[in-house]
Amino acid sequence: MTTTAAHAEHAGRGESGTATTVAVPPARSPRIRKVRSGQWAAWAFLAPVIIYLAAFYGWPLYRNIELSLHAYTVESFVSGGAPFVWFQNYINVFQSPTFTPALTNTALFVVVSIVFQFAIGMALAVFFFQHFKLASTLRALFLVPWLLPLIVSASTWAWLLNSDSGLVNSVLHGVGLGPIHWLTSAQWSLVSVLIANIWIGIPFNLVIIYSGLQNISQDLYEAASLDGANGWQKFWRVTFPLLRPVSAITILLGLIYTLKVFDIIWIMTKGGPGDSSSTLATWSYRLGFGSVLPDFSSAATVSNLLIILALIFGFIYLRTQRTAAES
Amino acid sequence: MIMKSKSVRAIGALVLTTALVGALAACSSGSSTTTSSAPKGTYTFWDPYPQYNQSADWTKLVESCGTKAGVTVKRTGYDTTALVNKALLAGQQKASPDVLLVDNPSVSTFASAGLLTDTSQTKLPTKGIEANILAAGQISGKTFGVPIGANTLALYYNKDILSKAGVDVSSITSWDSLTAALAKVKAIGDAGITFSGINTEEGSFQFLPWFWGSGANLTKLDSGDAVSALSLLTGWVKDGYAPNSVIQDTQTTSWQEFIAGKTAFSENGTWQLAGAKASGLNYGIISIPGKDSGSAPAPTGGEFLTIPVQKNTARYQVSEKIVSCLIGTDNSVTTDNTLSYIAPTAAAQAKQVATNASLVPWVKAVKDAKGRTSDNLGTKYPKISEQLWTALQGALSGTGTPAALLKTAQTAAAAAVK
Repeated sequence: MTTTAAHAEHAGRGESGTATTVAVPPARSPRIRKVRSGQWAAWAFLAPVIIYLAAFYGWPLYRNIELSLHAYTVESFVSGGAPFVWFQNYINVFQSPTFTPALTNTALFVVVSIVFQFAIGMALAVFFFQHFKLASTLRALFLVPWLLPLIVSASTWAWLLNSDSGLVNSVLHGVGLGPIHWLTSAQWSLVSVLIANIWIGIPFNLVIIYSGLQNISQDLYEAASLDGANGWQKFWRVTFPLLRPVSAITILLGLIYTLKVFDIIWIMTKGGPGDSSSTLATWSYRLGFGSVLPDFSSAATVSNLLIILALIFGFIYLRTQRTAAES
Repeated sequence: MIMKSKSVRAIGALVLTTALVGALAACSSGSSTTTSSAPKGTYTFWDPYPQYNQSADWTKLVESCGTKAGVTVKRTGYDTTALVNKALLAGQQKASPDVLLVDNPSVSTFASAGLLTDTSQTKLPTKGIEANILAAGQISGKTFGVPIGANTLALYYNKDILSKAGVDVSSITSWDSLTAALAKVKAIGDAGITFSGINTEEGSFQFLPWFWGSGANLTKLDSGDAVSALSLLTGWVKDGYAPNSVIQDTQTTSWQEFIAGKTAFSENGTWQLAGAKASGLNYGIISIPGKDSGSAPAPTGGEFLTIPVQKNTARYQVSEKIVSCLIGTDNSVTTDNTLSYIAPTAAAQAKQVATNASLVPWVKAVKDAKGRTSDNLGTKYPKISEQLWTALQGALSGTGTPAALLKTAQTAAAAAVK
C-alpha cells in the first residue's frame, strides 16, 4: 500500500520536474526529441520496479478482491468454478454477529493505542531531551520492546497477565486486591491486549519525536527564556507547535501499523473469549486459517475492508506529507 | 489540486499494476505444470511432523519404504496448519505430493475438494483397522486414507494429591463422583482439574468427551444433555475446581500446570505419556467418565496416510506400496511407539502392549473413541466445532448461560452447514 503510494509520489515529482522545463518555450522542441529517443531505455529501467510491484502487490491485491467477489468453497478453490456473487460476501460479513464487535474493537484498539503511545512517547522524548547523565543509556533501554520479536513480548505479556499464576495478579493479591481475569474475561481481554500493544508502540513514538526535537533550534528556547517563559509554557508554545509535522506523521504511521496488528492479539487471546478482543485483522485470519475448514472468500472480504480503512488513512497521510512539505 | 492529482495517480498506478499482473497471471496459468510421467524417480511425502529432521528414525523409515518400492522418497515436514494450507494450494496448482499424511479431521476437507483418491482406486488395504478409527476417513461409504495411528484423551491424575485428599480413584465412575473428588482436592488447597478450553479446534477436541459422555449429538448442540455437559465444566470453573486460565489454555499449557504438581487431574492425550514419565510425577490414568456411568467416548486424534490425486495415475501403485509398508504391523509399532500413539490394528496394539504395559488404559480409550467427522458429518464438522468452542468460551468466561449460548450455537451451526 504505502510502497505504491510512495512510488506514485516519486513519479509525481519527476513529472512536475519536466513540467517546469517544458514551461520554458525556446528549449522546447530539441528536448522533446531527446525524451522520445530515451523513452525505451526509460521503460526498460522502470520494468523491474513495475514487475516487482505487479507481482508482489498488484497480484495479491487482485486475488484478494477476486476471492471476495466469489463464493469459494474448499472444492472450488482447488478446482475452480466458484460462482460470482457480487457483494454477497460483504453483505454476509456486515450481517455477521462478529462484525459489530470486531469493528468497535478495532476502532477502540487503534484510538486508545495511539493516544497512549503518542502521549507517553512524547513525554519520554521530552524527558530524555534534558541530556542528564545516563539519559542515552536509559533511552536505549526504552527501545527494548521494539527489538524483541513480537512472539516473545506477546507470550511474556500473556504469562504476566495469566489469571492464576501471573505476576500481575500476584502483585494485586499482595496489595489486597482480588484477581482480575485479564485474558479470560470479556471485559478485560481488550484492555490486556491494549496494554501490551501500547508498551510495544512507545519506542517507535519516542524515537521519531526525539528526532523531531533535535530539529528544533535551541535559539528559540533561549529567546523564550529571555521573554520569561517557564518550562510548561516553553513546551506548549514552542515544542508542541514545532513538533506538529513530526507528530502528524507519527500518528498516521501509527494508525496504519495499529490497524493491522494481529500477532499480539492472536498470541495473547486469539480474539477471545468469544469475540471480546477480536479485531478485523484477527477475524480475517480466523476465517481463513483458524479452523479446519478454511473460508477464503469471507477472510478476503474482511481483509479488503481492512485495506480500504488503511487506504483512507494512507490518503490522509499523503495529504499531511504534502502540507508538511509546503510549510 | 496537486493533492487530488497525486492521489488519482496513486490509484491509477494501482489499477494499472493490477491489470498488468492479472494479464501476466492469465498467461502463466495457461501452461499448467505436468507431473513426471514415469512411475519411477522421486516421490514426495508431506507430513505434519516438523520436529523430525533428515536424520530422524521417522525420516529413515519413510525413505526405506521408498527404497523397497524402488523409488526415492523426499519427505517434508510442515506444521499442522501450514500443511493444510500448503496442501490445498498444491492441489490447486495440480502439484499435490504423492503421499500426504494429514490430521484426521482434515481428511474430509481434502476429500470434498476432490484432492484425494479413495481406497477403491488405490487398493490400499484397510483390513484389520479398527472401525472407529478408520471412520474418521470415511465419507459416504468411501475410504480416503488409512490411519497411521491414533491418540485420544483420558484423565491423568496425581496419585499423591488424591491420597492426601482421601480420594479413592476407583470411585470415580460418573460426573458426580468426579466433581465430589474435585471438591475434596480443593478442600486441601490444591487445584482440581486442568483442561484446554481455548477458542480453537483444541477446545472442541477437549470438550467432546463431556459432550458425547452426556449422550448429546453434534447435530443438536442445544439438547438438554449438551447443556448438562457445558454446565459441568462451567460449574468447575465457577466453583474454583478448575483454574480460570483453562479459557486460554492449550493442551500444552494445561499439561504444564499438571506437571507442576499442584493439580489433581488433567484431561490430556496419549502424546503426553513420555513427558509424564520424564516429569517424575506419581501419576495414573483413568478414562473420562460418562455422565452416569461407564467411560465417555473421547474423540480420536492422529493422522491419516492419504494418496492425493495425480495426473499420472500409474504413480498410485508405487504410492500404495510406500503406504502399505508404513502401516505394516512391525513398522506401525515402531512408528506409533515413536509418536506415542496407539496402533490402528488389533495385532499391532497387542505388540505395543506386550512391550509397554502402561499403554493398556490407552488402548481401551482408543477403542471407546469416536471420530469427530464420523456419523457422516464430514466437512460439516469444522463449522459445528467452531460454534461449539464459541459456546464453550462464552460459558466459561461467564458471558451467558450454557443453555442460551448453546441455543445460539445451534442456530449458527444449522445456518452454516446448510
